[in-house]
Amino acid sequence: MTENNKALTTKAPSFLDYAPAPESTSILHLKKHYGLFIDGEFVDGRGDAFTTISPATEKEIASISNANNADVDVAVAAARKAYDRTWSKLSGADRGKYLFRIARLVQERARELAVAESLDNGKPIKESRDVDVPLVAAWFFYYAGWADKLDYAGLGPNPQSLGVAAQVIPWNFPLLMLAWKIAPALAAGNTVVIKPAETTPLSAMIFAEILQQADLPKGVVNIVTGAGETGSALVNHPDVNKVAFTGSTGVGRAIAKSIAGSGKKVTLELGGKNANIVFDDAPMDQAIEGIVNGIFFNQGHVCCAGSRLLVQENVHDEVVDRLKARLSTLRMGDPLDKNTDIGAINSKAQLDRIRELSNVGEAEGAERWTAGCAIPENGFWFAPTIFTNVSTSSRIAREEVFGPVLSVLTFRTPAEAIAKANNTPYGLSAGIWSEKGSRVLAVADKLRAGVIWANTFNRFDPASPFGGYKESGYGREGGRHGLAAYLESAGWAAPAVTKGSKK
Amino acid sequence: MTRLTVPKTYKLYIGGKFPRSESGRTYEVATKKGVFLANASLASRKDARDAVVAARAAVSGWSGATGYNRGQVLYRIAELLEGRREQFIDELMATEALSKPAATTQVDTAIDAWVWYAGWADKYVQVAGNGNPVSGPYFNLSTPEPSGVIAIVAPQDSSSLLGLVSVIAPALVSGNTVVVIAHQGAPLSAISLSEVLATSDVPGGVVNILTGSPAEIAPWLASHADVNGIDLAGAEQLEWVDLQIAAADTLKRVSGPVVGVPAPSVERIVQWTETKTVWHTKSLI
Repeated sequence: MTENNKALTTKAPSFLDYAPAPESTSILHLKKHYGLFIDGEFVDGRGDAFTTISPATEKEIASISNANNADVDVAVAAARKAYDRTWSKLSGADRGKYLFRIARLVQERARELAVAESLDNGKPIKESRDVDVPLVAAWFFYYAGWADKLDYAGLGPNPQSLGVAAQVIPWNFPLLMLAWKIAPALAAGNTVVIKPAETTPLSAMIFAEILQQADLPKGVVNIVTGAGETGSALVNHPDVNKVAFTGSTGVGRAIAKSIAGSGKKVTLELGGKNANIVFDDAPMDQAIEGIVNGIFFNQGHVCCAGSRLLVQENVHDEVVDRLKARLSTLRMGDPLDKNTDIGAINSKAQLDRIRELSNVGEAEGAERWTAGCAIPENGFWFAPTIFTNVSTSSRIAREEVFGPVLSVLTFRTPAEAIAKANNTPYGLSAGIWSEKGSRVLAVADKLRAGVIWANTFNRFDPASPFGGYKESGYGREGGRHGLAAYLESAGWAAPAVTKGSKK
Repeated sequence: MTRLTVPKTYKLYIGGKFPRSESGRTYEVATKKGVFLANASLASRKDARDAVVAARAAVSGWSGATGYNRGQVLYRIAELLEGRREQFIDELMATEALSKPAATTQVDTAIDAWVWYAGWADKYVQVAGNGNPVSGPYFNLSTPEPSGVIAIVAPQDSSSLLGLVSVIAPALVSGNTVVVIAHQGAPLSAISLSEVLATSDVPGGVVNILTGSPAEIAPWLASHADVNGIDLAGAEQLEWVDLQIAAADTLKRVSGPVVGVPAPSVERIVQWTETKTVWHTKSLI
């Protein structure tokens, strides 16, 4: 763990050292093996099963079926049948009732879901318990209410569902991303086949049990587990009408290419290298907390993380000093411990990438500081790290690290802050910290990003659209706009040609 | 004694100016019966790149104008087009072999399209955006904004003027700037339209019109990293799937081929916008 050597100090016990308070895993009744969830039942996959591990301990949790092309075919066929025979025939009110049922069941099994999520993903239980799972319930509640109100979604009267949606979601918010995808799709009248990430399939399996408890008609939601190949088979399946993907820009680009000309409707939520701008008149206590939340929430595994801190030059030293002081109080360790602030990096592969980019940052001349957290022996860990003296051309200022690494840059004028913030092919989120409302609004106007948080950061709400500009992808999730991604406007006047080139 | 006419030289329209193609190439435009009408510029890759540079430079001014202002400018286009109605009717009769009533209908429909879209400039934000009732002490507002530079292949089948207007007007409403490849066979009214644009308060670079071969130019626009969206409305006869694949490299927004001329719709405005959601804390009082 060379990256932590610099600041690693042996601290004397202090009031900050809490006694361990681990959440019990006794609430989990995990099976040794989970199959695919197709047509309302768990079935075995035809591919070689894989194992999902706890990134905090590297211990095996369960073995998971791997869906091959034939399994994907079966899942899509189940979704198609459910769409044609059941779900598209159901009234909006009844679709809504199923979604309300799901929302309630998520609340009832909230603790179990949170434990499973932290176990499988490595995120602190306080985040899965207080952020992820409540938002999952909220997402289903929100879209449940839309199901019988589609005429009011701003797409003209009687908008139509698209059919079968192929959905591929990432490992950073396994259950929340599942909710973001499934809730609007079902409310709009589509059926889905969803693929969770191969490192974090566990909470989706418990969610499948919830669907059984809700007595959701068979085939409306199908879950296929596996890696990239399974996802590729799913999005390229000729019988899907809609593709929704959240993940890296590289994979999003590949998906956009592979489905070109297919006529499939697409939404992509991709990467970001987001600017968090701190003006010298910022409410400093809140700003420090907001910066920490912006980049160290969920170990920085957040596409909209505030990974580029732009600080007005005259307050740079103050901000950096206070950040270091604050980071020194963060507790890293067992994700299931209720006192843990920073959990485990989700996988060995991701840890390697974070290490590599951090080393590049140092090699390119940025100054590295790492919080003095003790690193557990097993598992994948990376202590909160700050780079100062970062130049705009440095790779750590341009590439998404997707880890607890903050790059600090400076600016003098609002115009310079805006220019630097926009100096990226991405455009997902941005933060603005200033007590001056008129400045906040003017700067927000000029930033090319889909979500702007002013004097706060990393807020999510089912009523609020989320998504990117430029290479951060297209389409929005959340709110009325998120519903539109799963509907065809009946008022669309110009019919699109969806077959191949006619030349 | 009959008067010797003064034939017009048709050039490109880039950055508010009327350059010839840097390639020095032209192509012959004739009536349907084969009578020579004019030489139009055959735009090259370099012309396309120049047009994108001009379009990018114009984004901040045009998107920064108020909706009210943009609406006035779009309406001004309709006014000037109305004033030169007869010229366009004659041009369409010559290039598309249309009857006078058919040409008249096309010009009038094009004028009315400008008026219709002009009215949207200060309203689409209210229709496509909203305040969001989030569960917490936050002000939260979603507002659509233009995507940036939009490259367009204008409809190629018929209706050279109306087809062009139907694809550029909706992109302009929100503040995008455009680079458009005109109807290849009947490009003359496109250049005449640029004369209207040049005199109607549309800032230079907001609309850039290229004449020539869509098959030759479109791939450069589809793969151009500084283009934010591509409208393949008139690309049905091209290898448009390849264009869409090229566009994916920078995750451009893509709109597919359309049969005929796209009807006016608010969706065509909104498809070239991004939704920005701004959160602000509310203090406890």
